[in-house]
Amino acid sequence: MWKKESQRTAFAEALVELGSRRKDVVVLTADLSSSVKTNKFAARFPEHHFNIGISEQNMMSIAAGLAGSGSRVFASTFAVFATSRVYDQIRQSIAWPKLNVNIVATHAGITVGGDGASHQMLEDIALMCSLPNMTVIVPCDALETKKAVKSAVDYNGPTYIRLGRSEVPTITKEKTPFKIGKATVMKKGKDITLIGTGIMASQCLLAADELEKEKIDATVINMSTIKPVDKKTVIKYAKETGAVVTAEEHNIIGGLGSTVSSVLSENIPVPMKRIGIPDIFGESGNSEELMEKYGLTSENIVKAAHDVMKRRGVERT
Amino acid sequence: MRNNEIKTLEEKARIIRKHIVEMIYNAGSGHPGGSLSAADILTALYFKVMRHDPKNPRWEDRDRFILSKGHAAPALYAALAESGYFPVNELLTLRKLGSRLQGHPDMRKFPGIEASTGSEGQGLSIGIGASLYAKLNRKLYRVYVMIGDGENDCGQIWEAAMSASHFKTDNLTVILDRNGLQLDGATREIMGIEPLSDKWKAFGWKVIEINGHSFREILNAFDHAKNVKGKPTIIIAHTVKGKGVSFMEGNVSFHGKPPNREEYEQAMKELG
Ligand SMILES: Cc1ncc(C[n+]2csc(CCOP(=O)(O)OP(=O)(O)O)c2C)c(N)n1
Ligand SMILES: [Mg+2]
Repeated sequence: MWKKESQRTAFAEALVELGSRRKDVVVLTADLSSSVKTNKFAARFPEHHFNIGISEQNMMSIAAGLAGSGSRVFASTFAVFATSRVYDQIRQSIAWPKLNVNIVATHAGITVGGDGASHQMLEDIALMCSLPNMTVIVPCDALETKKAVKSAVDYNGPTYIRLGRSEVPTITKEKTPFKIGKATVMKKGKDITLIGTGIMASQCLLAADELEKEKIDATVINMSTIKPVDKKTVIKYAKETGAVVTAEEHNIIGGLGSTVSSVLSENIPVPMKRIGIPDIFGESGNSEELMEKYGLTSENIVKAAHDVMKRRGVERT
Repeated sequence: MRNNEIKTLEEKARIIRKHIVEMIYNAGSGHPGGSLSAADILTALYFKVMRHDPKNPRWEDRDRFILSKGHAAPALYAALAESGYFPVNELLTLRKLGSRLQGHPDMRKFPGIEASTGSEGQGLSIGIGASLYAKLNRKLYRVYVMIGDGENDCGQIWEAAMSASHFKTDNLTVILDRNGLQLDGATREIMGIEPLSDKWKAFGWKVIEINGHSFREILNAFDHAKNVKGKPTIIIAHTVKGKGVSFMEGNVSFHGKPPNREEYEQAMKELG
């Protein structure tokens, strides 16, 4: 039903677009230009692209030096090397001085597939959300990736943009509005709120279709910014539906689910359930198998919806 | 000409050393050893070598100085204050709540601080970023980065060393404060870094070795570095940790400890 497209290709196209209209954009990578696809930008704007070799720590601090001087920097590598490998460099050189460095991390999550646990970054959202000044964006599809990259260039302060390796269903439209810090309501319903991020936003839509067959009317929210999270939208729909399910391709600790549950418990404590990776490392396999094995599926979201609705009670109309 | 100039610089360095001791004593914490070993080099940079304008600290074409060994912040603050970036009496706010003079340099607190540092090993890479920016935007400014000798233990220093020569950042000059001591003891005992000069040469750098307390040698080295083309330069400055205060000289216990009252008075007397 949905077309599947690559977020990395979208990133590459957005960079080339930016490069052709402004001179202050600089792109860095660490011996992964062909994987993260900054090579498209490099081919067009060779002077503005630096391959730093396999030295991610060095890359992050160089990014800081460029940004401190006036460049708008995109530093891109795999999510595992873009976060845990360089947490201190991001903390000290980039986040503390609030520099305009956009870290675009590809190959995030379990859907990396065959490379297995060493490359399946499932803790990156948690790491990046815990950094003051950092903005954390998880686009749900290729179109949204483009919009995120283009919005990030003039955003004040560092951003972390999380992309997957595999092609993902395009669930937004060209004209779907995108704003950093603003959730998108994909569908409105009165019975339950499903909040997804990244690839799990499409699973939430599928779950909503399933629920509809049972006459359960779900709201579906695509939470593309995890930090700062769109509290207003979370609270509004939690109030309207009284039950919430979150879904993410990330450790259950420290990601979307944790963020939403904080908002709910401090404002409107309704029953909720989090779908995500249950605090374990990944393993090799193909993406679909892995999604299935770790419960990142619409069926699981449907189950969770039943569960929270039961906890909420039926007296509510 | 140069003789008079050197006298003036020596006098400036003496004042900066007094500030350092007073600031750290007053703050009740801080790093005197590595601030004092760096004092002469910082004096040379701020009062002779660098093109900068304290009245216009964001001047686009200014030379940049990055203190990678951020714990020597008192030396940097003293040089900035003496240059006129902020009033000298603000120096005594070091490490106090609400002060712009944070324990380690915070570039967001005021212009004149070019990078936020404190976690060793990152400033050289930041300097490379500033240097690449200059090349990309046809700017003629130069970038100076000071690193510690213990800081050479950090892997990122060598990542940076490799990439600076790869990118031919000849607008970049590094000063290595070779005071022979790190936090826990002598570099020779904690982590051997020799042959230091050969290592940097092997990484593609122009290496100049000097006595880091001789202004004549310091100024000559910076002049020399400006004329090196196609590669970055590192000045290995042999220094004495705690230089200028007899009981701090070569004394590792003053790496990160303030003087007590008696020591403070003694130090101020010695510095004249
Ligand atoms: C990454 C990191 N690890 C540890 C420290 C704690 N530390 C502060 S200064 C220092 C020793 C520095 O030695 P050196 O670079 O030789 O500086 P200097 O002798 O000039 O003071 C250490 C280990 C730090 N600041 N950063
Ligand atoms: Mg030392």
